[in-house]
Amino acid sequence: MNTIVAQLQRQFQDYIVSLYQQGYLDNQFSELRKLQDEGTPDFVAEVVSLFFDDCAKLISNMSRSLPDNVDFKQVDSGVHQLKGSSSSIGARRVKNVCIAFKECCDVQNREGCLQQVDYEYKMLKTKLQDLFNLEQQILQAGGKIPQVDIN
Amino acid sequence: MSLFHVLGFALKIGHLFWMLCCWFVSWFVDNGIEDKSGLLVGSVGDLEKTKMTTMKKKNKMCFWNRISISGLKIPSFSYQFLGSVKFNKAWWRKLVVAWVVLWVLVSIWTFWYFSSQAMEKRKETLTSMCDERARMLQDQFNVSMNHVQAMSILISTFHHGKIPSAIDQRTFSEYTDRTSFERPLTSGVAYAMRVLHSEREEFERQQGWSIRRMDSLEQNPVHKDEYDPEALEPSPVQEEYAPVIFAQDTVSHVVSLDMLSGKEDRENVLRARRSGKGVLTAPFPLLKTNRLGVILTFAVYKRDLPSNATPKERIEATNGYLGGVFDIESLVENLLQQLASKQTILVNVYDTTNHSQPISMYGSDVSADGLERVSLLNFGDPFRKHEMRCRFKQKPPWPVLSMVTSFGILVIALLVAHIIHATVSRITKVEEDCHKMEQLKKKAEAADVAKSQFLATVSHEIRTPMNGVLGMLHMLMDTELDVTQQDYVRTAQASGKALVSLINEVLDQAKIESGKLELEDVRFDLRGILDDVLSLFSGKSQQKGVELAVYISDRVPEMLIGDPGRFRQILTNLMGNSIKFTEKGHIFVTVHLVEELFESIDGETASSPESTLSGLPVADRKRSWENFKAFSSSGHRSFEQSPPDINLIVAVEDTGIGIPLEAQSRIFTPFMQVGPSISRTHGGTGIGLSISKCLVGLMKGEIGFSSTPKVGSTFTFTAVFSNGMQQTERKNDPQNNNQPIFSEFRGMKAVVVDHRPARAKVSWYHFQRLGIRVEVVPRVEQALHYMKIGTCTVNMILIEQEIWNREADVFIKKLQKEPLVLSPKLILLANSVESSIPDAYCTGRDPPIVIVKPLRASMLAATLQRGLGIGNREPPQQKGPPALILRNLLLGRKILIVDDNNVNLRVAAGALKKYGADVVCAESGIKAISLLKPPHEFDACFMDIQMPEMDGFEATKRIRDMEEEINKRIKNGEAVIVENGNKASWHLPVLAMTADVIQATHEECLKCGMDGYVSKPFEAEQLYREVSRFFDSSSDTES
Repeated sequence: MNTIVAQLQRQFQDYIVSLYQQGYLDNQFSELRKLQDEGTPDFVAEVVSLFFDDCAKLISNMSRSLPDNVDFKQVDSGVHQLKGSSSSIGARRVKNVCIAFKECCDVQNREGCLQQVDYEYKMLKTKLQDLFNLEQQILQAGGKIPQVDIN
Repeated sequence: MSLFHVLGFALKIGHLFWMLCCWFVSWFVDNGIEDKSGLLVGSVGDLEKTKMTTMKKKNKMCFWNRISISGLKIPSFSYQFLGSVKFNKAWWRKLVVAWVVLWVLVSIWTFWYFSSQAMEKRKETLTSMCDERARMLQDQFNVSMNHVQAMSILISTFHHGKIPSAIDQRTFSEYTDRTSFERPLTSGVAYAMRVLHSEREEFERQQGWSIRRMDSLEQNPVHKDEYDPEALEPSPVQEEYAPVIFAQDTVSHVVSLDMLSGKEDRENVLRARRSGKGVLTAPFPLLKTNRLGVILTFAVYKRDLPSNATPKERIEATNGYLGGVFDIESLVENLLQQLASKQTILVNVYDTTNHSQPISMYGSDVSADGLERVSLLNFGDPFRKHEMRCRFKQKPPWPVLSMVTSFGILVIALLVAHIIHATVSRITKVEEDCHKMEQLKKKAEAADVAKSQFLATVSHEIRTPMNGVLGMLHMLMDTELDVTQQDYVRTAQASGKALVSLINEVLDQAKIESGKLELEDVRFDLRGILDDVLSLFSGKSQQKGVELAVYISDRVPEMLIGDPGRFRQILTNLMGNSIKFTEKGHIFVTVHLVEELFESIDGETASSPESTLSGLPVADRKRSWENFKAFSSSGHRSFEQSPPDINLIVAVEDTGIGIPLEAQSRIFTPFMQVGPSISRTHGGTGIGLSISKCLVGLMKGEIGFSSTPKVGSTFTFTAVFSNGMQQTERKNDPQNNNQPIFSEFRGMKAVVVDHRPARAKVSWYHFQRLGIRVEVVPRVEQALHYMKIGTCTVNMILIEQEIWNREADVFIKKLQKEPLVLSPKLILLANSVESSIPDAYCTGRDPPIVIVKPLRASMLAATLQRGLGIGNREPPQQKGPPALILRNLLLGRKILIVDDNNVNLRVAAGALKKYGADVVCAESGIKAISLLKPPHEFDACFMDIQMPEMDGFEATKRIRDMEEEINKRIKNGEAVIVENGNKASWHLPVLAMTADVIQATHEECLKCGMDGYVSKPFEAEQLYREVSRFFDSSSDTES
C-alpha cells in the first residue's frame, strides 16, 4: 500500500517537474497550489476548469470573428483576457503564445496564432487532467499530495 | 552725346541690380554662418546649445523681420518662405518668363522709339532743305518774270507808243543782253507782234522777210548746228500771225517765226493775251538747243487796260507778245550749286498740270523709294502746277544708337532674370535639402524610438527573472537567520534591487534623451543612501581588497529634499566605474557642503600620499572642479545668497588605472569607452557617465574629473537640494528621530588607533553616527596611555588591521603587563574577511570583533550589538514575516474584488481568502459601483484597471464622486443613519490590480482617486506594503 502511494507520489512529482521544465507551467501555478488548503480542497481544480472553460469560449469567439471581417479590437480584448487568465494560473506557454498573438493584433496582422493558442491550451488541458488524475489516485490510495519545490 | 547718356544710365541700372544680388547673397551667407556657428558651439555643451537655440531663434526672428521689410520691395521673396514649395516654383517660373517677355517688349519699344525719332529728324531736315530750294527757285523765277513783264511795258511804250518806233532789233538785243543779269532764269527774250492777215503783206514788206511757220520744225526737230531759218517754210495763210520781230541774241534764230504756228506757243500766246498775265508753257525741248525749257509769255496791249477788262477787250487791245525762255534744267542746276549740301540731296522738278503724267523738268529719274519730300512751286501761272521732289542721296544710316540701347536693356533684363532664376533655384535647392534633412531627422527619431522600444523590451525581460531572484531572497529573509546571514541576504537583495533599478535607469537614458525625465522632490536620508550604495559594492571591494569608505560632513543635514533615486544612480555609476578600474588602494566618497569647501580651500595643502585613505597617491581632486562655473569668483557669492538650498559637493576618489589622456575628452559621451579593449575586460555599456552628467545637470549641478593615468581618478559633482529638516525638528532630537535603532550605543566611548588621518576620519564619522564618542590616536601605545589616564571609561578600541598586523605583539604584551580594570572590547577594522587574529591574544579572552570594511551604520550596529552583547536582538515588532502580518491585517476584513476575468477573480479571491479576508467578487465596474454605494460594509476594494465597458479608473472616479456626495450630506447635518455610523466620512481604500506595471503608474492611480496598486499575480510583500498603509492606522482603533 505504502509503496504504491510512494510510487504514485514520485510519479506525481516527476510529472509536475516535467511540466515545469517543459515550460507548461510557471511559479504562479505553485503559488496557486499554495492557496489550496483544507478549507478549499478543490481550489486549483476549480480555478483551472474555470480557466479552460474561459479558454474554450474565448477561442471559439475569436475563431468566429477572425476569418472574415477582422475586428481587431474584439480579438485584442479576448487575447488580453486570455493572457490575464493564463498568467494568473501560471499557464506559461499559453501566456507566451497569447503575448505573441497580442503583438500580432497590435500591428493588425491577420496571421495571428490562434491555432497555436488553441493547440497550447488543449495540450495543457490534457496534461493538467493527467495531473489531477494522478492527484485523485494518490488521494484514493490514502496518500498525501506531496509539496513539490520547483527550482 | 545721347549715346553716352544712355550708356551711363544702363550702367547705373546694372549696378543697382548688382547691389541687389549682393544683398541677397549676403543674406544666405549670413544665415549659413549662423547655423554653422550654432552647430560648432552646440557640440561644446548642452547648456550652450540651448543658449544658441534661443539665440538662433532670435536671429531667425530678425531674419523674418528683414524679410518682411524686403518683402515690400520684392513681395514674392517673403512669399517664397511662407507659401508651399510647389506653388512657388510654378509661380516663380511664370514670373521670370513674364519678366523676360516684358523686358523684350520694352527693348523692342525702345528700338522703335529711337529709330522713329531718327526718322522724324531726317524727314524734318529734308523738308526744310526742300522747302528752301523750292522757295529760292520760286523767288528767282518771280524776279525774272517781273522783269519780263517790265519789258513788255517797255515794248508797249517805246515800240508801239512812238511812231516811228524807238526800238529796232539791234536796240532790243543790246538792251536785253545788258539787262540779262536781271533775269537769271531766262536764257533769252523775244518779242512777237500781232499781225492780222490783212496786214501781212505790208508787214512782210516793212520787215523785209516773210512770216514763217514753226510747226514743221517741231515735227522734225533738227540739230542745233544744222538749224537754218531760211530753210523754213513761209507760214500758210492764217487769220492772224505772231511773228517774232525782236529777239535777244541768244534766241535770235526765232526772228520771223510765227508763234501762233507752234502748238505750245500758240496756246500760250492765246492764253496770255486773254488773261493779261504771264503764262507758262509746259516744258518742251527748245528749238536749236533741244534742251528742256519753258516759255513765259506776256501780252503787250495797245493801251493800259483796267484790271477787270474782259478777255475780248484784251484780245482786241493786244499789240504783241513778249516771251522769255527759261532753261529750267541749267537754271536749277545753277541754283543748287549756290546752296550748300547739294550732294546730300537729290532734287526733281516736275510739271504736274496733268496729274497722271507729271513731266520731269529737272533731275534724274531715280526709283522713288525711301523718304521723299514734295514742295509745291508757284511760278505765277495758276494754270500750270509745278512741284519739287527732294530725296536723300544716301540711304538712312544704321540705327546704332537704338540698337545698342535696346540690346543693353535686354541684356540687363536677362541678367536680372538669370539672377532671380538662380536665386529661386538656390532657394528651392536649399528647401529640398532642408526637406531631406527633415526626413532624415524623422528617420533618426524613428530609430531612436525603436531603440527606446528595444531598451524597454529588454529591460522588461530582465526584470522578470530578477523579480524571481528578489522574491527568493525575500523568502530567505523570512527564515531563521543569524545577523551575518541577514546582512548577506540584505546585501544580495539590495544588489538585486539596485540591478533592477539600474535596468530602469537604462530606460531612463531614453527618457533623458527625449528630455522627459523629471526629478522627484521627496525627503530622504543622504547617509542612508550612501550606506546602501556602499553595501552594494562591499562584496566586490572586499573581494578585490580595495578599501571602500564614505565620509559625510557634519554640516550636511540629515534629511534632504530631492530625488534620492537619481542621486543614488549618479553615485552608483561613479563608484561602479571606480571599483571596476581599481585593483588596489581605496575608493573614497566624500560629501561636503560647497561652502565648507570654500572655507577650507585655502588651508588645504596638496595631498601627500600619506594623507590619503590607503596611503596611495591620488589624482589632484582640486583639478576636477576647477572648471565648475559655480566656482568662479562670481559664483562664489551666489551660493550664499540662497540659504534654503543645500549645495552638496560629492567626490569619488579612487586609486585605479586612471583615464588615458586622449580619452579624457570624450568621457561623458554616451556609449563611449576608453577603448574597445576596456569593454572586453571590464564590461559595461559606457552609458553611465553620460546619464550621470545629465542627472547632475538636472540637479542644477556640474560634474568634472581629474585623472592621472596609473594613479587614479577623482570625479566630483555638485548638486542642489533643499533642506529636509525643519528647524524645530533638528533642535528637538536629531538622533532619536531619525535613527532610533542606534540609541543603545549612545554615551559609549571608543578609541581609534590609526595613523592615517583620512581613514581615521572615516572611522570617526561612522562611530559618531551611532552616538559613540571617538578619540583618534595614531599609535597603540597612545591608545593604552589614553585609557589609563582617561576619566571616563573606554568601551572599545578600534584598531586598523594594518596597525594590528604590525603592532599586535606590542599591544598584547602591554596588555598582559598592565591589565586594565575594565578591559575594553577590541575591534579590528579589516579590509577583507581573511584576517588573522593571533592566538596569543585569544587565549583566555574574548576574540576581537572583526569589522569588515566598508563601514556603514547598519552593519556596524549589528556587529557591535553582537560583539558587545547588548541591545535588543529581537526583531522589531513590525518585521515579522509579511504573510503572518498580512493575515493579521486582513483577517475578517470585507474586501471587494472587481475583475472581468473569471480566472483572475478566482485566484485573487483565493489569495485574499487565504489571509482570512472575507471576499466578495464583482465582474464589472458597474456592479462594483452598485455594491459600493454608501452605506456599505466593505473595508477595501481591489480593482482591475483594464475592463470592458468601464475601466478601473472610471469606476473609481464614480465611487469617489458618490462618497463625496455622502460626505457632503453628513457634513451638512443631513444625518444619514448607517450601521457603522461612527464613520465621519466615507473613503474606501481602492487598490488597482494590474499585470502591467508600466501601464499603470503610481501617479495615474492616485489621480483617479485610487490609494495604490498591486501587481497581478499577488505578491505577499507588495500586498502587505499597500494594505498596511491604510489598515495600519485603523487597526489600532478597531482591534
